Amino acid sequence: MFNFGIILFPGSNCDHDCYHAISNVFKQSCEYIWHENKGLDRFDCIVIPGGFSYGDYLRTGAVARFSPIMREVENFASSGKPVIGICNGFQILVETGLLPGAFIKNSTTKFICKWVNIRVENNSSPFTNLLNVGDVLRIPIAHAEGNYFATEDVISKLKDNSLIAFKYCDEEGIVSNSSNPNGSCENIAGLMNSEGNILGMMPHPERCSEEILGGTDGKSIFESIISWLKNSTGSKQIKTGRF
Amino acid sequence: MKEYRVKVEVKLKPVVLDPQGKTVLNALHNLGYDQVSDTRIGKLIELKLTNSNEENVIEQVKEMCSKLLANPVIEDFSIKVE
Repeated sequence: MFNFGIILFPGSNCDHDCYHAISNVFKQSCEYIWHENKGLDRFDCIVIPGGFSYGDYLRTGAVARFSPIMREVENFASSGKPVIGICNGFQILVETGLLPGAFIKNSTTKFICKWVNIRVENNSSPFTNLLNVGDVLRIPIAHAEGNYFATEDVISKLKDNSLIAFKYCDEEGIVSNSSNPNGSCENIAGLMNSEGNILGMMPHPERCSEEILGGTDGKSIFESIISWLKNSTGSKQIKTGRF
Repeated sequence: MKEYRVKVEVKLKPVVLDPQGKTVLNALHNLGYDQVSDTRIGKLIELKLTNSNEENVIEQVKEMCSKLLANPVIEDFSIKVE
């Protein structure tokens, strides 16, 4: 069993959904961490959940990035352990600079809450290793500022290094303007840092990990993390010769 | 130490699309203001602070802008001391 930590900011609101999925669906150990607390060593994976941290004041994620816990998250990530930011969690990671780019208002100017399709673009990460490139996941989004923006340099770096994890697409997996719900550059729905151990994604895998919620395509993301943790623990043990 | 009032204007960079501005532009056109060809929406942040001189104020507010008040990836800022 692995230990997942869910960061809580004032205004986070998807923390319970994440907790429920991780502990009841995937049967892993799970703890909430208040943003003023310290010490993440006991965790195997950190989840920054969705919501409206600090009421989205100034810019989404702009205030949360200065919470003491974000420095801890940075240290945690630099040890190579996986960090996943979902929705507002993704926005916070981008404001912190752990992931490149920025978010602006949806091109429709509306809050969008609906099921979308995303195509898997990279399956060699801790978050997607049980998937195939080209797989289409049906998954819900719920955001007003999910319009991902990055300069051309950043976009080409993301492409050249296969750091784009998911792109908005149609049911057939075709990526086009009409399958782009919010105006994101390159239809980007999720991306990773260059080391591949930090993922930010706007769609909510925790909201589609059970049949009763209308879909189970989000399961593969959590199961990938768990499978990656199992394998990486194994390799670490061999490396250090402790077992 | 003197008290200063500072106005910080934060605007989306010209290269960044402004969906809000576009919607307002459409609304203005619907009202018949066809003369308007572009609308961009930004933020105005007013600060009240004490410092020894104006130069230091600008220096300090610039620092605040690059750390928090503006996001250098998508926004430009300008500072006016009153």
